Amino acid sequence: METLNTILDVFFNVEIAVRVFPFLLQGLGMTLLLCAGVIPLGLAGGLALAWAASLNNRWLTAACAVYVDFFRAFPPLVLLIFLYFGLPFAGLDLPAIAAVGIGFLLNASSYYGEIFRAGIESVPKGQWEAARSTGLTRRQTMIAVILPQATRNVLPDLIGNTLEVAKLTSIASVVALGELLHTARLAQSLVYNPTPIVVAAMLYLALFWPLVRLLSRLEHRNIARR
Amino acid sequence: MQDGWARFAFAYLNPEVAAEWGPKILDGAFVTIQLGLATIAAGLALGMALAMLRASAPRWVQMAIVVFVDIFRAWPPLVVIIVLYYAFPYVDLPMGAFTATWLALSFVLASFAEEIWWAGLQAVPKGQWEAARSTGLSHFQALVWVAIPQAVRMTIPPLLNRTIAIVKGTALGSVVALPEILGQATSAMSLAGNPTPLTLAALGYLAIFLPVVILGRWIERRFAWKR
Repeated sequence: METLNTILDVFFNVEIAVRVFPFLLQGLGMTLLLCAGVIPLGLAGGLALAWAASLNNRWLTAACAVYVDFFRAFPPLVLLIFLYFGLPFAGLDLPAIAAVGIGFLLNASSYYGEIFRAGIESVPKGQWEAARSTGLTRRQTMIAVILPQATRNVLPDLIGNTLEVAKLTSIASVVALGELLHTARLAQSLVYNPTPIVVAAMLYLALFWPLVRLLSRLEHRNIARR
Repeated sequence: MQDGWARFAFAYLNPEVAAEWGPKILDGAFVTIQLGLATIAAGLALGMALAMLRASAPRWVQMAIVVFVDIFRAWPPLVVIIVLYYAFPYVDLPMGAFTATWLALSFVLASFAEEIWWAGLQAVPKGQWEAARSTGLSHFQALVWVAIPQAVRMTIPPLLNRTIAIVKGTALGSVVALPEILGQATSAMSLAGNPTPLTLAALGYLAIFLPVVILGRWIERRFAWKR
């Protein structure tokens, strides 16, 4: 009982939790704002990549594959550090939010691009031919016929990657952007107690667990259909 | 133009800085590779153990495994690293940066691996189980010799992609002062006042991970998850 009380006092000190909660909520708001910014950026970039790769131009397709492989091999934190701490040496002083935006655009678009490409490839050729023969242009076919089916086919992967991108916003704490993890570490160093980090971990769990559950169900339904 | 290139090269491709700090980055590369291999070994072993346990254990154990897996799929790896590194010393359980990063990434990889392998096990047709059991194999033997080999083979591409993504997270160790590639490079950059170490770090990461990504692409085509 004594030890349990000590552990609770250290890891979940109610008084400290109450005191830092409003501050952490601000961080959570920033995390949500970041997600709302970088997820659409990544999706748009990925869609553009997959579209470019599908244009039947050998060079363009190869360039997309190189881009995707490059950024899948490159740790996102290294990219962010390079953009924020490395570029000023070239006279390019990016604000933290811009470095995060560019870093996530480059990183997330490569993953989304690969998923969309697989989705587009999963749509039978006959769909293209049928759509084109009704008089639709290439672009119309892509938007109205191919992409809706492609998106549905890879929906679990898209949601899975979105979860990964959302979780990854925690690395923005390294460039001192005041999101949830950063506020928690700041609070921890002020109160000299790990409770803020534990509370932040709970908040992350509350935010992402529903998505994890949804994903598991989607994946299992996919398998049942096979 | 000439001047611009010279300035760029002086900053990012400075041979003197590279010669001075290159060995440090190489030291970092060994830490990264060690940490990566240790994470893969522990993460996949624990993931397989959890998947096997989930396929054989009573319901409450299954539930406990699902909770563990869900939590580590929901937490950002950096948060787990920071909790292990900064929170546990408060209860006299100090952890080195290597141990904290290794444990955190291993738990995360184990969770994803368990989920992927479990999905693969579910995809093995019931008839395979029944046929195996009717030849006299026990539940455990059927699991090990019949179900798991098929599940593993089916799930190679998604598992490989996930493993690469998580092992790239070794760079997160730099946040808790682990002297892996990125950690060495950032400290070298501030000491040298020149970003060339960061260029070396980028090359180091590409040298380690690009072959794996390309291998993954090739495997994906060969072992495509059968639909």
